[in-house]
Amino acid sequence: MSSTALTHEQTVTPATSAPIADALAMLGRHLQRIKAAPGVMILTQTMPITMLLFFGYVFGSALAMPGQEYRAFLVPGLLAATAANGIMVGMFQASQDCHRGVMDRLRTLPMSRAAVPFGQTAADLLTTAIGMIPLILVGLAVGWRIEGGPLAALGAFGLLLLLRFATSWLGCWLGLLIRNEEIAGQLGSATFILPLLSSAYIPTDNLPGWLRTVAEWNPISAMASATRELFGNASPAADAAWPVAHPVAGTLAWSVVLLAVFVPLSVRRHARGGE
Amino acid sequence: MTTTYGVLSEGLEKHYGDVHALRGLDLAVAEGTVCGVLGPNGAGKTTAVRVLTTLTAPDGGSARVAGHDVVREAGAVRAAIGVTGQNASVDGELSGRQNLRLFAKLLRFRGEAARARADELLERFELTEAADRPARTYSGGMRRRLDLAASLLTRPRVLFLDEPTAGLDPHSRNQIWAAVRELADRGTTVLLTTQYLEEADQLADDIVLIDQGRVAHRGTPTELKARIGSYAEVVVPHESALVPAAGVLDQLTGTEPVLDHERRTVGAVATDTTLTLPRIVRELDAAGVPVIDASLRPPTLDEVFLRLTDRGDGRTSPPLKETAA
Ligand SMILES: Nc1ncnc2c1ncn2[C@@H]1O[C@H](COP(=O)(O)OP(=O)(O)O)[C@@H](O)[C@H]1O
Ligand SMILES: [Mg+2]
Repeated sequence: MSSTALTHEQTVTPATSAPIADALAMLGRHLQRIKAAPGVMILTQTMPITMLLFFGYVFGSALAMPGQEYRAFLVPGLLAATAANGIMVGMFQASQDCHRGVMDRLRTLPMSRAAVPFGQTAADLLTTAIGMIPLILVGLAVGWRIEGGPLAALGAFGLLLLLRFATSWLGCWLGLLIRNEEIAGQLGSATFILPLLSSAYIPTDNLPGWLRTVAEWNPISAMASATRELFGNASPAADAAWPVAHPVAGTLAWSVVLLAVFVPLSVRRHARGGE
Repeated sequence: MTTTYGVLSEGLEKHYGDVHALRGLDLAVAEGTVCGVLGPNGAGKTTAVRVLTTLTAPDGGSARVAGHDVVREAGAVRAAIGVTGQNASVDGELSGRQNLRLFAKLLRFRGEAARARADELLERFELTEAADRPARTYSGGMRRRLDLAASLLTRPRVLFLDEPTAGLDPHSRNQIWAAVRELADRGTTVLLTTQYLEEADQLADDIVLIDQGRVAHRGTPTELKARIGSYAEVVVPHESALVPAAGVLDQLTGTEPVLDHERRTVGAVATDTTLTLPRIVRELDAAGVPVIDASLRPPTLDEVFLRLTDRGDGRTSPPLKETAA
């Protein structure tokens, strides 16, 4: 036991803030968490694969579309649902950090306050980018094909990650609002309904009027249509609502709006500690 | 010579809805001293710490910490303080070492320096063996020590500790006490809150007793003890010995004894600090009173409050009746 260890010559940290270094440190923290307890991440990544096999083979045979064609329809939809899943993951992480006092602890440090939500959402983006790979591989194995050009395919991935980043900020803000990990967990499970009310798993053309409108204004529908268009699987329905008729522009618009609203709201909410 | 203050607050107010958590709290902690903020559950201790550490903005009044205003110069305050909150708030998924390195990075230590400083503190707080386990597997005392270590990566000018030893095992408690003493010796200003009179007595240069969001009493531990005295209690073998025992205690303490027939005890407040337990026992023996147990102990926090504060029932300094042993 060294008696000098308690005090360190560094008395006061420099007042100059280093938001990027702080955000990278927070990003590192989230990656270390995943490495320490990979179970949750593995579960969230295998969920869409399970759904692909289950829906693809069980429902696929009962739907008007032939099975092979339905599975090719389903893969972009599951990717779109993954993009929207940032809400659940972001909400849970932020709530847990509030609940367990980590957020407050960080708020007593002379660090950049924006770095905390940025670190969280950046880590989510990175893990999602990697986590989509197994779904894509299984998708290819069950008959889905990338039929557009390589640039369009890259565009599809870029757009999926952009929407994921946006929904992850929305989730982060919700988590900072809820501040309770049990409630956030329950609300998070309830978000499974969101892709059900979109064109992710089923075509929306045959839905009754009002439900079709709701589904087409669901950002997941724009995302699913954009993914299908860019991967060359299907062209957008011209008679649909604007975000689905112009799915790439629609998804971009949804993402930009979500980011423009929830980035500043989350940063401010974290800085104020929920008051 | 002018005194400089590590913590100086005037008329701090804080409401949570209808709850008035702070009602004009004035604190003055001279630089380099240890201030013990003593108060029962709900007195406003945590709220005061949260305001002073910039976690919560006050609704009224003002406060300066290390010379900076907690609202207008919050960044400068954060750069000068260390905080260990009431609930250890390290990341349970990360190991102790990872937690300390993360905090060190956020405090601008460079790679190698961050590692070295983390290791030094792990060693100091006897956490080296557990350093690579997730912190959620730590005992309460280990988590609290880790939390304190994270507050000491740099050398804070003012250290805040909110009930640092509540519910801890004696070993962890002693380690935390030793750290506080050592820091105080090296000139760190410490504000710690506690519900234990003994802890404040052991560590603090000054004690501030707070109740319902305001200061009820302040002074040095010696002054406080002189004012509240200690509590003498005698247990007799049969009821008929109660009255003679009370007579002896009355003579020794000059305060009116309280008789408990069921437990066959007599108790009295002793404000005379020279009174000792052997003397009580000798006098009882000389008077021919049989005794099976006797104690002279510091009053509990409840008893302190009964004596020093008006708890709204009109009794400012009531006799110490019916206090649980
Ligand atoms: N976030 C909060 N919301 C509502 N009431 C609160 C909150 N924090 C504290 N209080 C109330 O303020 C009073 C003081 O609480 P606190 O400062 O935690 O006391 P202590 O730390 O001395 O036990 C209590 O009545 C408590 O219930
Ligand atoms: Mg408290």
